[in-house]
Amino acid sequence: MLSYAIRRLLGAIPTLFIIVTVTFFMMRIAPGGPFDSQRRLPPEIEHNIEAAYDLDKPLYQQYFIYLGKLAHGDLGPSFKNKDFTVTELIADGLPVSAELGALAMSIAIVFGMALGTFAALNQNKFADHGVMSVAMVGITIPTFVMAPILTLIFGVYGVEIFGYDLSLPVGGWNGGALRNLILPVAVLSLGPIAVIARLTRGSMIEVLHSNYVRTARAKGLSNTMVVMRHALRAAVLPLISYLGPAIAGILTGSLIIEQIFGIPGIGRYFVQGALNRDYTLVMGVLIYYATFVILLNLLADILYAALDPRVRYAK
Amino acid sequence: MSVPFSAADTEAAMGDIVQGRSLWDDALRRLMRNRAAVISVVILFVIAVAAVIGPYFLAYDYSFQDYTVVSCAPDWWPDTTVMCNAGGTHWFGTDSIGRDLVARTLYGARVSLAVGLIATLVSLVIGVAYGAIAGYVGGRIDELMMRFVDVLYSIPYIFLVIILMVIFNRNFFLLFVAIGAVEWLTMARIVRGQTLSIKQKEFIEAARAGGVGAFGIITRHIIPNVFGPVVVYVTLTVPASILAESFLSFLGLGIQEPLTSWGVLISDGANQMETAPWMLLFPAAFMTVTLFCFNFIGDGLRDALDPKDR
Amino acid sequence: MSSPILEVSNLNVRFSTPDGEVHAVKDASFTIGESECLGVVGESGSGKSQMFLATMGILSGNGKASGSVKYRGQELIGATDRQLNKLRGSKITMIFQDPLTCLTPHMTAGAQIVEALQVHTKLPRDEAEKRALEMLELVRIPEAKRRMRQYPHELSGGMRQRVMIAMATACGPDLLIADEPTTALDVTVQAQILEIMRDLKVELKTAIVLISHDMGVIAGVSDRVAVMRRGEIVETGPVDDIFYKPRHDYTKMLLDSMPRLDRPDRDGEARLPPPKSDQTVLEVRDLKVHFPVRGTGFFAKTKPLRAVDGVSFDLREGETLGIVGESGCGKSTLARAVLKLLPKTDGTVVWMTRDLNAISDSDQRRLRKELQIVFQDPLASLDPRRTIGESIAEPLRTLQPGLSRDAVRAKVRATMEQVGLDPAWLNRYPHEFSGGQNQRVGIARAMIVEPKLVICDEAVSALDVSIQSQIVDLILKLQTEFGMSMLFISHDLSVVRQISHRVMVLYLGRIVELADRETIYKDARHPYTKALISAVPVPDPKFERSKTHVKLTGDLPSPLDTRAQLNFLKSKLIDDPDAEQYRPALIEVTPGHYVAEHD
Repeated sequence: MLSYAIRRLLGAIPTLFIIVTVTFFMMRIAPGGPFDSQRRLPPEIEHNIEAAYDLDKPLYQQYFIYLGKLAHGDLGPSFKNKDFTVTELIADGLPVSAELGALAMSIAIVFGMALGTFAALNQNKFADHGVMSVAMVGITIPTFVMAPILTLIFGVYGVEIFGYDLSLPVGGWNGGALRNLILPVAVLSLGPIAVIARLTRGSMIEVLHSNYVRTARAKGLSNTMVVMRHALRAAVLPLISYLGPAIAGILTGSLIIEQIFGIPGIGRYFVQGALNRDYTLVMGVLIYYATFVILLNLLADILYAALDPRVRYAK
Repeated sequence: MSVPFSAADTEAAMGDIVQGRSLWDDALRRLMRNRAAVISVVILFVIAVAAVIGPYFLAYDYSFQDYTVVSCAPDWWPDTTVMCNAGGTHWFGTDSIGRDLVARTLYGARVSLAVGLIATLVSLVIGVAYGAIAGYVGGRIDELMMRFVDVLYSIPYIFLVIILMVIFNRNFFLLFVAIGAVEWLTMARIVRGQTLSIKQKEFIEAARAGGVGAFGIITRHIIPNVFGPVVVYVTLTVPASILAESFLSFLGLGIQEPLTSWGVLISDGANQMETAPWMLLFPAAFMTVTLFCFNFIGDGLRDALDPKDR
Repeated sequence: MSSPILEVSNLNVRFSTPDGEVHAVKDASFTIGESECLGVVGESGSGKSQMFLATMGILSGNGKASGSVKYRGQELIGATDRQLNKLRGSKITMIFQDPLTCLTPHMTAGAQIVEALQVHTKLPRDEAEKRALEMLELVRIPEAKRRMRQYPHELSGGMRQRVMIAMATACGPDLLIADEPTTALDVTVQAQILEIMRDLKVELKTAIVLISHDMGVIAGVSDRVAVMRRGEIVETGPVDDIFYKPRHDYTKMLLDSMPRLDRPDRDGEARLPPPKSDQTVLEVRDLKVHFPVRGTGFFAKTKPLRAVDGVSFDLREGETLGIVGESGCGKSTLARAVLKLLPKTDGTVVWMTRDLNAISDSDQRRLRKELQIVFQDPLASLDPRRTIGESIAEPLRTLQPGLSRDAVRAKVRATMEQVGLDPAWLNRYPHEFSGGQNQRVGIARAMIVEPKLVICDEAVSALDVSIQSQIVDLILKLQTEFGMSMLFISHDLSVVRQISHRVMVLYLGRIVELADRETIYKDARHPYTKALISAVPVPDPKFERSKTHVKLTGDLPSPLDTRAQLNFLKSKLIDDPDAEQYRPALIEVTPGHYVAEHD
């Protein structure tokens, strides 16, 4: 198991290397640069700035300088946010993004699995159809439609039920206050909840029809015991394979959510950085995201092996 | 002693050739019984027709700006506190520079549907070719090809598309290619998996024993059998591509003014929603309904092609 | 007779499906007495399994049971899950056909037995474990202690079924329902499992219901027999009455259709035609097919899996050579290597004086026309998206491209008629036919090019006995008509004996015995052949009771283990997994009767 994890981690290095290389050259080849602005700077000043950021050197030299720094964990200075290094900016935004993502993911897993199991146990009954219709809504309506609409309802118009004011702040982080968290987390987790519920339902139904569940029932186990001991673990397996894409989905969604709700996470840096040609910032954020996704995929594989003895021994 | 062919004796007696029901016939019959899918097909058809020919019948061009009606609500809008009513034939109201929202929504439909279809076509061509080759050739080459797909999978692709769009200055055409080039990964995986499993079926071996060559086996036996899952995935890739485009447009990286798409409209609408909610609601409703339809059709097709008790 | 354990009266089972209601069990009534074994026999779809799933209250969701099932006077139909759960797994237990899918994959064998014990008894964990171990020893699992901690996928099919039996008998049930318990197993393993069931009946005084499609299995174990057909019990009675004095036509038909090892020719049906000539058409010499298999572990190296490991034989014109052996013996690989559907590792195959190694592409086409194959699974071997007419015509179109459309069509129609299919069904699809009809399509596809050699790879194994006998008759009829040579591959020695002139027994990729069909049965020399013959159940209760069992212990060894081929020649064994082992030689004991060296 350990050797497998190490092998996979080593295997991730070339992947990261390719990502870094491709994005580095892609960004540099494109026309335009970080210091193109409306106001023409005097040539010598422009030259000085470019020299300060090594932009005057040939491209391949810049590339090796960047790689060299990267190997020491130095992501370089931000081109646009003066006086800040990329690492500082990321350190600033990461906790916010991480909190948002982790909350959304946990909620998605817990609610998605519960709803999916519930639907499977009531297959083709009213409860099943109800849950699946809601899931369809969650899958279909994109975050950037859901977010403004919910904001409209809870933020702009405000909702009052039994005299309780249920209106929520339209945006801002406010140090991660609960009231500020509710809307972004809800919007972010809605899609994954729906996908997870559908996946869980499908695999749970398949498992409930399997021969070994029949054996378990023939043993005289109660329904709860059949589901908890025999069915759930096998039904969860397809979910774990979905975990990687799900996390990528939440990351993508967080770009939008952070923008709409004005949350100071690293997703915003990425979009702004891309628009401003802040090379180092974009690369830094991308490296973080890619590492994160690779690590979580690895974790998912290890979890899969831990839950399925057949894989454990085949690997 | 049981009679071997009791079931069809009556038909045989008639002497005519009995027309069989193919799996496609069966699937079509099941699909027609799926009400949600049938209704979705109808709605999609209406939206598509409206998008293609609708703009020719409208009083306003999608880029025509009428400064007398800026951010005006449609006449029938229930909230009477709005600043102005657009009047006349602005059924969906106008946007912040006085353009007709019916024209813009329909024009946006054109662009969004086009992106969905073209990007899906790109992913279909790359994905099917790649997956079928990997699956049919197998062995080391398959392993190498799929490892490459795995690597691409572990990249949060939308970020790459964003970078791509920034660099190449929101090239309209590139947008299709970029989205399609990302969606092909799943298609390749599905096609490869199907090809692998069909390749091991006995009827392939039977064809080989009957002297059929590799070309005949791929075209006559593998492709028709891979077709089903591919069709299902295609219907689900179209909405995914529409979403991806809208997502980029929402971030300001997609379609550029005065061209528009649903994503652009929703983005504009979201900025104005406090004062002019109609700008958000109409494009959002159109897009959501379209996405719903594609998803219902996709689900319906899946159930029809692979009837299990689900 | 004391009062019955189980009393079933007017039991009905119905399933609601999208295509309407299916009445699976119709008014079934029967009783089971204390420590009695009731055999329930019937073909697929007869409702025999559903009847007992209803008894247990574990029908699938769309099924509904009505009528009455009384366990010691307690009504089970309509009882709550809570009431049923007290009986299920303790008083009434059940084992199923496919032991791999019937055990929970993520729980160890031990844990699953312990669970059954702990649900029904108040045994503390360590005592339950002790008892589970005792049960595993009772069902004679080798190295029971180690098996406790293993997962189902690490056990062989036979061992899994033993675990199932241990689990089902752990709480000392009154009634054990065994649903096709040996159908998925090899015949020598089947014999061991049946032996265990006979012993359980004696040792634990458990009443047993044995559900099977195989009259031979039923004959060996049952006291009484119920025959089912299309949801109805058509006949019940003591085992000897059913077998020697059957009253219902269906019972008679079943008994007539059964291939019997002791009687190679069935009464009044098509007979095996004599070989056309003494001319040898196929000559296989020292054929080897090895597959590289990567081992497990960090520094795993690839080992060859010797699927076929040096097989030589001749086949004469119009002759049928039966190839018999258990799973993993390489019989299907051998067939595919002869047809060049698989690459061979070594050896020569000479067809009509032409060496198939050195054959040109144009000759390859002619070769395909002369050599054809019929597969095991009739549905899987037909392309589901093509009509049966297209499937039958395909070899003709590719191998004789000059033929006109009309000529192809006429030929397809003629061939369909020859195999007993109505030509009007030309445009139908495989899913519209039964297994037997689809197998006729498969045979038509092979016969349409008028081949000189047909290889039947388990061609009748997936079919019900009554259909099986029809297909066997069809093959015999076609051989009489066309005089083709055949290689008939099957795990079922009884069928092979019926259809073959000579029989070859394979064990782990090598021939252990080869003789004509009389000699191989009456004068078997090799211990493996003897064990195989002894293990085949014969639908004759008196014969089964009197026969002495030549038993093999344990399961089939892995063909990866090079030592296993010397299981019957231990004196030459070098006990090192990597050593180059001695290969037992074939010795001609009497003319035409070859036996591998053994101790």
